[in-house]
Amino acid sequence: MTAPVPILRMRGISKEFPGVKALSGVDFRLLPGEVHALMGENGAGKSTLIKVLTGVHDIDAGEIELGGRKVVFAGPSAAQQAGISTVYQEVNLCTNLSVAENILIGREPRRLGRIQWGRTRRRAAELLARLELDIDVSAPLSAYSPAMQQMVAIARAVDVSARVLILDEPTSSLDTGEVAQLFRVMRKLKEEGIAILFVSHFLDQVYEISDRMTILRNGRLVSEHLTGELGQVELVGKMIGRELADLEKLEGKPLARETEALVEAEDLGRAGAVEPFTLTIHEGEVVGLAGLLGSGRTEIARLLFGADHAGTGSLKIDGRPVSLRTPRAAMNHRIAFCSENRRAEGLIPDLTVRENLILALQAARGWSRPIPRRKQDELVDKYISALKINPADPEQLIRNLSGGNQQKVMLARWLILEPRLLILDEPTRGIDVGAKAEIQRLVASLSDGGMAVLFISAELEEVLRLSHKIGVLRDRRLVAELDNDDDLTTDVLMETIASGARA
Amino acid sequence: MSVLVAGRRAVPRKYVPVLVTACLFAAMFAAGGLRYDSFATGQVVLNVFIDNAFLLVVAVGMTFVILTGGIDLSVGAVVALSTMISASLVTDQGWPSPAVIPLVLAIGAALGWAMGCIIHYFEIQPFIVTLAGMFLARGLCYTIGTDSISITDETYTALAQARVDLPGGMSVSPSVVIALVVVLVAAYVLHYTRLGRNVYATGGSEQSALLMGLPVARTKIAVYTISGFCSALGGVLLSLYMLSGYGLHAVGMELDAIAAVVIGGTLLTGGSGYLLGTVLGVLVLGLIQTIISFEGTLSSWWTKIFIGLLLLVFILLQRLISVRRRT
Amino acid sequence: MNAVLRHRLLWPAVVLAALLLTNLLFTGTFFAVQMRDGHLYGSLIDIVRFGAPLILVALGMTLVIATGGIDLSVGSVVSISGALACLRISGMDDQNTVSGVVAAAGLGLVLSLALGVWNGLLVAGVGIQPIIATLILMVAGRGLAQLITDGQIITVNSGPYKLIGGGYWLTLPFGIIIVLAVLALTAVLTRRLALGLLIESVGGNAEASRLAGIRSRGVIIAVYTFAALCAGVAGLMISSNVSSADGNNAGLWIELDAILAVVIGGTSLAGGRFSLGGTVLGALIIQTLTTTIYSIGVPPETTLLFKALVVTVVCLLQSPAFREKAFHRRRRPVTAPPAAEEKVRVPA
Repeated sequence: MTAPVPILRMRGISKEFPGVKALSGVDFRLLPGEVHALMGENGAGKSTLIKVLTGVHDIDAGEIELGGRKVVFAGPSAAQQAGISTVYQEVNLCTNLSVAENILIGREPRRLGRIQWGRTRRRAAELLARLELDIDVSAPLSAYSPAMQQMVAIARAVDVSARVLILDEPTSSLDTGEVAQLFRVMRKLKEEGIAILFVSHFLDQVYEISDRMTILRNGRLVSEHLTGELGQVELVGKMIGRELADLEKLEGKPLARETEALVEAEDLGRAGAVEPFTLTIHEGEVVGLAGLLGSGRTEIARLLFGADHAGTGSLKIDGRPVSLRTPRAAMNHRIAFCSENRRAEGLIPDLTVRENLILALQAARGWSRPIPRRKQDELVDKYISALKINPADPEQLIRNLSGGNQQKVMLARWLILEPRLLILDEPTRGIDVGAKAEIQRLVASLSDGGMAVLFISAELEEVLRLSHKIGVLRDRRLVAELDNDDDLTTDVLMETIASGARA
Repeated sequence: MSVLVAGRRAVPRKYVPVLVTACLFAAMFAAGGLRYDSFATGQVVLNVFIDNAFLLVVAVGMTFVILTGGIDLSVGAVVALSTMISASLVTDQGWPSPAVIPLVLAIGAALGWAMGCIIHYFEIQPFIVTLAGMFLARGLCYTIGTDSISITDETYTALAQARVDLPGGMSVSPSVVIALVVVLVAAYVLHYTRLGRNVYATGGSEQSALLMGLPVARTKIAVYTISGFCSALGGVLLSLYMLSGYGLHAVGMELDAIAAVVIGGTLLTGGSGYLLGTVLGVLVLGLIQTIISFEGTLSSWWTKIFIGLLLLVFILLQRLISVRRRT
Repeated sequence: MNAVLRHRLLWPAVVLAALLLTNLLFTGTFFAVQMRDGHLYGSLIDIVRFGAPLILVALGMTLVIATGGIDLSVGSVVSISGALACLRISGMDDQNTVSGVVAAAGLGLVLSLALGVWNGLLVAGVGIQPIIATLILMVAGRGLAQLITDGQIITVNSGPYKLIGGGYWLTLPFGIIIVLAVLALTAVLTRRLALGLLIESVGGNAEASRLAGIRSRGVIIAVYTFAALCAGVAGLMISSNVSSADGNNAGLWIELDAILAVVIGGTSLAGGRFSLGGTVLGALIIQTLTTTIYSIGVPPETTLLFKALVVTVVCLLQSPAFREKAFHRRRRPVTAPPAAEEKVRVPA
């Protein structure tokens, strides 16, 4: 495999941000016609490497060669013109424009400066057809699902430049079918000789699609391997830099069935969000929710937390009927909810770690009863060390922390309230393996301590490992409630999701 | 609401706000026609155009800015500055008008360009930069002179009094023709050129536009330049209408322009709206004034109260539409 | 934290000091404060006294801006509150009864409060963009004020009312005492109590704040109400100072000055972190500028030019982008690669 000449070669790349050495002396190469996975924990330098490559940041040291020529990109547009296009995790298109425009804007066919809309639409449709997609290109992009928007972004990227395509966590918001479609498209592009740089946290996906991988840790290059020659356990070991027994199955746990029912939802539902469902959560019980994206998992969580109003049904806490009209009402019953959408629904980016951490407690106390500063410092220090939040500086702005550490702060925000029911919606998504294992262990120990947890995750493996009981969702309906006994496997879960029945 | 529901099936949703404004205009016109004699004539509509040609031009520039998600508070002051420069050069210095008008337009565009550069390169909010621009332009007016300067130049007076005859005994001023040309050119630019599409893209998501490799810097600076140019042109039209230059001309015109754009269905967050809406917005504002003057007994402050109420109704309506869209 | 705070207010403080020193060059006795008849007099006192309404309005504006909002209607509220109070007083048999004046002032403030709640409901309840929601009252409110005064200027002749904006109490102009009281109240509410954290949180991320259990709507309604109340007090002060209410001109454009004061004071229009001290500094800069122009003998017509200049300078100095570019430009010949420069221009 040394024969092909790399299309892209980066040598000795270093980049420093105020106070952080993001990359030091990183080498990287990309061959034509391969899918190359860039692996590493959050904060390992993956995003920085991509941003440096595409000219979003300039480099402090090192050089980049594209097709054998030294290049310096002044910005993403210059990189694009040279043949490097990027599709980011959060789709960076303009949803107010039509699909056709999103694919071709900046390169619309023109005559005498006048945009030819007919040709623009036809060309866009052709490009999508190449990816085996057939949609109305004159409809606004906002009319389509995130998955489809991602495909449109890829169509644009491929048309702009056919040499290097960077896919930064493209699969994190896609369901299984959509991922399969994306991979089909990727294989097609690979056959056309395009080099694809692929970043994902899903190890299975990386092993399915990639030919080669480069591993980064703490801003340094660890090694480069052919995917087939590196086992999963070894890979994880290289990524987090320590021998990993973390992901092994947690201790077998006794089912906590004798305990009292804490929350009982009966025919609770909301039109357009989730069909009426019945679910009981006992004290100290971990209830998992499994299902595809958009199957109603998050909607159930939001109803139980009062983030949305229930249209039907009733809810009992400790056997007494209650109505949760606001998050505050739920908090008064000591229910906590850690949203899947950390950036939009969790973090206050301008505030410090300390302020983010005490926010829910302060909200519960109301504006007129401030938490004394000494108490704040005590609480914050306690949780920073208990959850190993890094950097351990309470006055750091939270937006400067990595995703995993932000997630821990979000968890801590709710833990200081000592909730009786903790709802965790995808708490491990988009964070690195080490932090993932820590959060999983935390969930197990919390439930041992008597806290009930509603655990939502796209990774069936994880749900299975942690839960006493698993609710399976499909098409906005709770289709089954399964006890987590020895018979239950991910295969059974998947089958239940697929068939939608077993109850 | 029945109009809305019927409309939603027939026309794409993005046209609904413009359609609502059009219906409102028609309804107001019909109501005026029923209430007052000699109201329901074409000339009344044309008079609205004549009395608001300058506002129309200014609002066109404002539409560009608002479509990118920005705002331009300096337009009223730039209008005043343009009248002041025109008047002082023509009347006091005796310059010929063919030299003065291009100069005034260039000054307006340059002011807009400078504000655009500061907004983009130094990342200061448009609200603040154009506020400073507003102070600057008004301040410059007063340094030229604190009193009103009347214009007696022949070209100006001739243009001011000229009428373009239309069939049916109706007529419009040359200013209206100029304003309509501006509207047509602007609509063409917005819908058929890259600049126009970049304006919508920047307003939709500036970050995305940047990552898609679009010239965001050039686009943002261009819209403020266009707005400055339109304000200067509006100033020239206003000096034709008033035949004077004065530092207190067009006080608060930025609010009228913003109100017209909003009533025309353009979202202040950017990325969504049409020039036709802006034209209708200006017409609605003009028609309110016409109705109040027909009413005769109503004091002038009712204009403000009505415009406020109208804004309220429109914004609630837009809100309703967008809420329905989500569910 | 302390260092950051100092850093943030450094430039406004430098500009204010520079303005004051300029005055000293032209008027040697500028810093002199005298005691006459038990009242303090002097240019510095005048600056604070004349700047009092602006400081008040700007304080309210600070909290609104910290929630990510903006309130364009405060100027109209200023004129409405003054107009209503003066209308009430002018209708009294004896304009000098304290209880009557208190009732009239109270009436003005209650109406201001109601207008603030209205703004808050439009923003938080209906979910309208703040700039538009308050534009409604900005436009309609002027009309309302003129409706109250019937387009006239209402003059009053009331000793107790005159005290609010023009009188002295405990050697200080009463207006300054009001400002100090409101400032202290605001500081206690936001910094000693937890309101400040909640406001900054709502301004930083409204939905996340709601899900953290903060009653975002309540907070937003509260800040608009507070801003309108501050504007109401300022309106009483302004009309009392000239013993008349002018629906058309009272408080005209004060919202713009107030927003400027807040921005000069280092609070971002995007919401989040706010600084009350910065706002007071900002308002004092604006007022000092006006005073300076009169005292150094520049024609008053050019006030606006200087204002534009100072605003631009202060905002540029505070803009991280400007500082970085100015800094970069000096440094580049030594280290930075040519790419850095092109990046500014290129996205083409």
